Amino acid sequence: MTSEVAGDKRRLLERTSIVELDARERARALLDPGTFRELIDAFDRLESPWLAAQGIVPERDDGAVVARGTLDGESAVIAALQGAFQAGSLGEVSGAKIAGALELTLADHERGIATRPVLLAESGGVRLQEAHLGLAAAAEIGAAIVALRRHVPVVLVTAGPVGCFGGMGLCAGLCSTVIVTRAARLGLNGPEVIEQEHGIGELDAKDRPLVWSLTGGEQRHGSGLADVLVDDDVEAIAEAVREAFRRGPPSEPRSAQVERFLNLIAVVDPSDPPDGPGLRRLWRAGA
Amino acid sequence: MSRGRAWIDALADTPPRPAGVPSVLVADAALGAERVRYVAVVPNPDGRFPRARRGEVGLEEGWNLAKAVREVVDDDADDERRAIVAVVDVPSQAYGRLEELCGIHQACAAAADAYATARLAGHPVVALVVGRALSGGFLAHGYQANRILALDDPGVTIHAMGKQSAARVTQRTVEELDALAERNLPLAYDIATFARLGLLDRLIEGVADPDNPAPDDVEVVKGEVLRVIAEARSAPRDLSNRLESDDARQSRAASIEVRKRLAAGWAS
Repeated sequence: MTSEVAGDKRRLLERTSIVELDARERARALLDPGTFRELIDAFDRLESPWLAAQGIVPERDDGAVVARGTLDGESAVIAALQGAFQAGSLGEVSGAKIAGALELTLADHERGIATRPVLLAESGGVRLQEAHLGLAAAAEIGAAIVALRRHVPVVLVTAGPVGCFGGMGLCAGLCSTVIVTRAARLGLNGPEVIEQEHGIGELDAKDRPLVWSLTGGEQRHGSGLADVLVDDDVEAIAEAVREAFRRGPPSEPRSAQVERFLNLIAVVDPSDPPDGPGLRRLWRAGA
Repeated sequence: MSRGRAWIDALADTPPRPAGVPSVLVADAALGAERVRYVAVVPNPDGRFPRARRGEVGLEEGWNLAKAVREVVDDDADDERRAIVAVVDVPSQAYGRLEELCGIHQACAAAADAYATARLAGHPVVALVVGRALSGGFLAHGYQANRILALDDPGVTIHAMGKQSAARVTQRTVEELDALAERNLPLAYDIATFARLGLLDRLIEGVADPDNPAPDDVEVVKGEVLRVIAEARSAPRDLSNRLESDDARQSRAASIEVRKRLAAGWAS
């Protein structure tokens, strides 16, 4: 047994909560033991060219980790955002890492190599200090997901605690399989932004139970906006990821289910807006 | 009248029709030898969802955009793939508690998916930015296009967040934000500076009054649309052209470098 494999095993035994792991550790924990290999690692120092000029200390990996390895013995890539750096935001470099990893996976499939793509998304969305470049990256990530999804499931895991919002939230909506934990949140506009735009009467961003009742993992799974709800446990999540690839691509990804969702939106009455449990009941009845 | 409405009216030969909701308009028209479907999101003060009445991409808009675009993909399955032109004037995605609950991220994804799917199927997809192209609204409606055109006008903005909101979120004044944007290319609010990023294919100059497009200006814009449709027909169906211009090589050098290094280390 190599020391790398021993290290992986030990880590799994010591702490099974994925929420407590950083992006690099998450990627390592989900790949088959001993197969993790990071591309453009921290020693390459490919930092954001824009943050220092705005008084923010850049990070050596710009808050994104791309790792090759295997899943169930098959060629795989994991692209993971580091929630702890600038809230996992999409900057030029971190965004290009995610987009580039998916584009190379697509190139693999086009020449017959069935690489499996996994996104670990802890992201507040586009990094405001690199606004245009983050938004452009979100478009490129989305483009790559839609192209790649025709060949292989694109599997996204959001585990918490940052959540998956903005450009990455939209991209989650394009994926074949979305795996969430109860600590996760998934949406487009973060609660702080909504409160700022429309006031505390619209949404009290500090009311955590309320916020989670709208966008939390359990609610997303219960209302059909996420596919798999798992415990915050590395092995459970790894198994859900492997299972998603065994199952293969869904016949129709969620973002292509237009008639179904038009019908679901039609039964929502904005003059009598449902709460979280109310929406689940409404959509179960309407489905 | 919104700019989106003014321009889809001006570009179409016949009055545009609502697609599912009054805030999503489509018009099918001939343009030179091309057939084009124009698609626009416009304000609807009587919309069912209060947070999407001012031209935002809301729940109904996102899913109905998806429907209007996918219709073209399905209709043309055995035909020459017609062009799709997104006429863009969107202040943002809809911000609201109900919107989040009902999956506004999913509705915007549906629209982005439809445009990307159309592009991959071989439809030339053009975004014509005549007003605001902000944030998730633009990701949903326009940013998946093969080619992006914008009017060179102070009322035209492509950005990740509106200036007022960005000021509130970053706790800066609008003046401070302007000063910062002047020194930092990725933050610029004016479209001429944005054009230096290599993300824009053409900046259309000389439109005198974008709120009331004059016939001559409409002809100029139609000519540019036609030109980029022709380009798109003979170009790859992905977004790789956004990294290939001289501007991109300058301004998005890191985006290119990241991809180079990923490719170098990719094979096991």
